[in-house]
Amino acid sequence: MTAAVSVRGLRYAFGDTVAVDGIDLDVEPGEIFGLLGPNGAGKTTTIRAITTLLPVPRDTVSVFGIDVRRRRIAVRRLIGYVPQMLSADGALTGRENVSLFARLYDVPRRERSARVDEAIAAMGLTEAAERPAGTYSGGMVRRLELAQALVSSPQLLVLDEPTIGLDPVARAGVWERIAQVRRETGMTVLVTTHYMDEAEQSCDRVALMHRGHVRAVGTPAELIASLDAAGPANLDDVFRVYAGDDWHEETKGLGNVRQTRRTAARLG
Amino acid sequence: MSARLDALPLASADTWGASLRMLFARVGAMCLVELQKMRRDKAELLFRCVQPALWLLVFGVTFTKIKAIPTGDVPYLDYLTPGVIAQSALFISIFYGIQIIWDRDAGILAKLMVTPTPRAALVTGKAFAAGMRALSQVVVVMVLSALLGVTLTHNPLRLLGVVAAVLLGSAFFCCLSIIIAGLVLSRDRMMGIGQAIMMPLFFASNALYPVALMPGWLQAINHANPLSYQVEALRGLLIGSPARLWLDFGVLIASAAVAIGVASALLNRLAK
Repeated sequence: MTAAVSVRGLRYAFGDTVAVDGIDLDVEPGEIFGLLGPNGAGKTTTIRAITTLLPVPRDTVSVFGIDVRRRRIAVRRLIGYVPQMLSADGALTGRENVSLFARLYDVPRRERSARVDEAIAAMGLTEAAERPAGTYSGGMVRRLELAQALVSSPQLLVLDEPTIGLDPVARAGVWERIAQVRRETGMTVLVTTHYMDEAEQSCDRVALMHRGHVRAVGTPAELIASLDAAGPANLDDVFRVYAGDDWHEETKGLGNVRQTRRTAARLG
Repeated sequence: MSARLDALPLASADTWGASLRMLFARVGAMCLVELQKMRRDKAELLFRCVQPALWLLVFGVTFTKIKAIPTGDVPYLDYLTPGVIAQSALFISIFYGIQIIWDRDAGILAKLMVTPTPRAALVTGKAFAAGMRALSQVVVVMVLSALLGVTLTHNPLRLLGVVAAVLLGSAFFCCLSIIIAGLVLSRDRMMGIGQAIMMPLFFASNALYPVALMPGWLQAINHANPLSYQVEALRGLLIGSPARLWLDFGVLIASAAVAIGVASALLNRLAK
């Protein structure tokens, strides 16, 4: 069976800083696959390579067997993407935000309205659909972004830190919607997070990344069992074993520094 | 949603026809978004009217009275009106680079770039969206100038030509702004450069005074300034002044096409 995502020997550097250092990954169709690791581990760079945002050499990354370098547009048609930042357009209503993406993904005109309604309803935003997205809470914006990503019925949903900056209730709500979508559609979900507890509960398989390398891959249960710990253990413990004690140290790469500065500037 | 998992075609735009259809669809989507935003932000539309109104009411009326700028048989206010239309479009478009940087910082640009939209179509969409916003100013300036007694054409074909000239000029200056944004990558620097080039572009054009009055060096700059060709086309279409419409539109189309190409190439730099 063709892998939903296949990465072979991916290496990417920003100047002298190596963000991803020769990683291999396979995401199976229909699974929720978590890419875990602290800031600067290389998760976002990997995601950006898979989503065609970064130029990568031929035959290093493919989505459902399609090479992302050779056939970018074809790959993009298969992907729904939710970036790390809350990125809905605050000047547009929820419905207008979703409609824009329906148009950009060439959803046929006769189906467009129904598909937009369906995506908005699936994310529980029907009542707020006519309000500007600028009036939404963080959790609602995230669900709106999920609706934008889902309106084209992608085969691969890519989520970069979907719960970062959200309160626990909103975080639970987002994961609930992701699980619901997967249950109803069988869609493949690739998600990055540094919340180990969320990954443990929601992901079928995870890859632990640290300093640009993949340290371990498996189901959360397999990885925890591999510790052979005397007492109860969790993914945090697994990560400590594979990454050493320094994983809470922020090994921030250039991308994070740049992004933090931009966010600070944007928020004034 | 499950039944539609495979509903979308995998084939990309492999033929010219499909590519063109995609381009028009994307430009349409971007222009629609701009209209939706404009509909909701009436205050901005109102504030944007202040500057062209001042140019017409203060500068135009005063210089018409003192007859300081020789414009032949054409009253100065009539001569100035197309220049003010072009200036309004320039002032709107030249700051679109700031919006692109804002979109980049907010993650919106990355999300747009992951859609099946070629970079050139994204930039063209943004460029014509700037034109849509500029057209709202055209309406205001034309109404104001009519109230001031300026006789403008009512010929629908000529008015269509005005729309085309405004869209093309705005597309060029919007892309110029995106190019600068792609080079400087910062909103503050973009704001400074935008301010720095806006007035020289305006004053080194035929918007306010005839080219013959300019010193030689300024005439040379004027000939390389797409704003001058836009103003000449607008003047020819709106008040019937002598104009080289083929040349004017040729320069506007060529400069917009080149600017779209360069801005598209720099979009990846913004997304990194």
